[in-house]
Amino acid sequence: MTSERPPVLFAVVAAIGIAFFVLPLAGLISRTPWETALGELTTPEALTALQLSLVVSLAATALALGLGVPLAWVYARVPFPGRNVVRALTTLPMILPPVVGGVALLFAFGRRGLFGQPLDAIGIRLPFTTAGAVLAATFVAMPFLVLTVEAGLRSMDRRYEDAARTLGAGRWLVFRRVTLPLIAPSVFAGAVLCWARALGEFGATITFAGNLPGTTQTLPLAVYIALETRPEVAITLSLILLAVSLAILVTMRDRYLRAF
Amino acid sequence: MRAALALGLAAAVIGACSTASTGVDTPVPGDVMVFAGSSLTDAFKRAGDELTRANPDARFTFNFGSSSTLATQITNGAPADVFASADDANMQKVVDAKLTDGIPLTFASNRLQIAVAPGNPKKIAGLADLARSDIVLVLAAPTVPAGKYALEALTRAGVTAKPASQEVDVRAVLNKVGLGEADAGIVYVTDVKSAAGRVMGVDVPDQQQVVARYPITVVKGSRNEALAHRFVDFLTSPAGQSVLAEFGFSHP
Repeated sequence: MTSERPPVLFAVVAAIGIAFFVLPLAGLISRTPWETALGELTTPEALTALQLSLVVSLAATALALGLGVPLAWVYARVPFPGRNVVRALTTLPMILPPVVGGVALLFAFGRRGLFGQPLDAIGIRLPFTTAGAVLAATFVAMPFLVLTVEAGLRSMDRRYEDAARTLGAGRWLVFRRVTLPLIAPSVFAGAVLCWARALGEFGATITFAGNLPGTTQTLPLAVYIALETRPEVAITLSLILLAVSLAILVTMRDRYLRAF
Repeated sequence: MRAALALGLAAAVIGACSTASTGVDTPVPGDVMVFAGSSLTDAFKRAGDELTRANPDARFTFNFGSSSTLATQITNGAPADVFASADDANMQKVVDAKLTDGIPLTFASNRLQIAVAPGNPKKIAGLADLARSDIVLVLAAPTVPAGKYALEALTRAGVTAKPASQEVDVRAVLNKVGLGEADAGIVYVTDVKSAAGRVMGVDVPDQQQVVARYPITVVKGSRNEALAHRFVDFLTSPAGQSVLAEFGFSHP
């Protein structure tokens, strides 16, 4: 790639574009109570939310890996009719308003929902539980993993798989010993993006799982609730989310650009 | 049903008469943005409609949410012309930020009720039942007026209940009961009335009751002070009070 001096107009507009994103962050940082930030973070409510957020986002990532890697493989390798429509359906949560996702989850897995009703009959209840929060986070975050892994599968050199097969390896062995190691970077990148999205999940969680400290009140929900009474806590918690997300985007840049 | 209709008609007629008689009939054009606690949603939309009918060049837009969120938005510079809070504490935040135009007026009050599924399948008779282990209870978050009042009422009743969720505003509580996800929620009388058919109300006796008082103010720096005052004046007029009464609010 050659570097080029931008026309003045482009440089100015680009600078405005950057300011548009940087200013809100600067606003947040300008209000951060640095002297007391550590104290705010060690309050029981902040610690509870932090811990719950880790549990929920990691569980959602694990669930997304289990379901998403095989799904990505199917999308990349099996040309079934309507594949594009199905893929679009499963990536819908990326652009769907999360609150809409939460409502949809309620109608599917709520007490009176399509599947919620039989689940309730056997004593499984998802709304207002940590499992419900995991479900909501997985719903919005898994598409990031699926798309990233699918891109990895499509761009890998399939001759390695062919070679393994001609040497007598079964399909499962090929997938495990050849395909998976080859796409490991994509799986890792997808998992990290998925985790970051799960960590930031708000709308679907509050709609489907509710808001209870220690059970379903993840970091973003705690931020929202704290904003009204203890803004210092809200700002400090926001800053954590921000730092984590920024670190992920900086380190993962090449990966997600290739996927999308 | 017919009686209710007749009452509604009577209220509308009285409303129309008193609008004319309170001298608020010189039209004021323009836009006014009203920030109001979510329990005021239906009543304020109606109030806006009535005012626009008499004043076709005026437009009222509403931002409904928990009073605490709205107070935060206003103190951070949101372009509100009128603020109506479901409690004094959140109005006080706006007063403290010197953003009120004059002293806030209390224009309505509201009482708590337990929202349950139609037909009350779980046979909830009062606040004491909310502690039952077979009841999924949802409250508003303690930072929200409705949540604070609910906790006060539970304390008065000597009940320790564990909510399954602390929702962000009172309408979210109502929705969780309406959708059948929760068996009970503590909301305002007016909320139950607005969701008639989807939920029914179980009364809270006077000695456990907490009365919510609603203050309203014109926000300082309003771009259309005249129209903002018109909205506030309407709500405190007999016509406005009858609209509020229709939705279940009581006099302040």
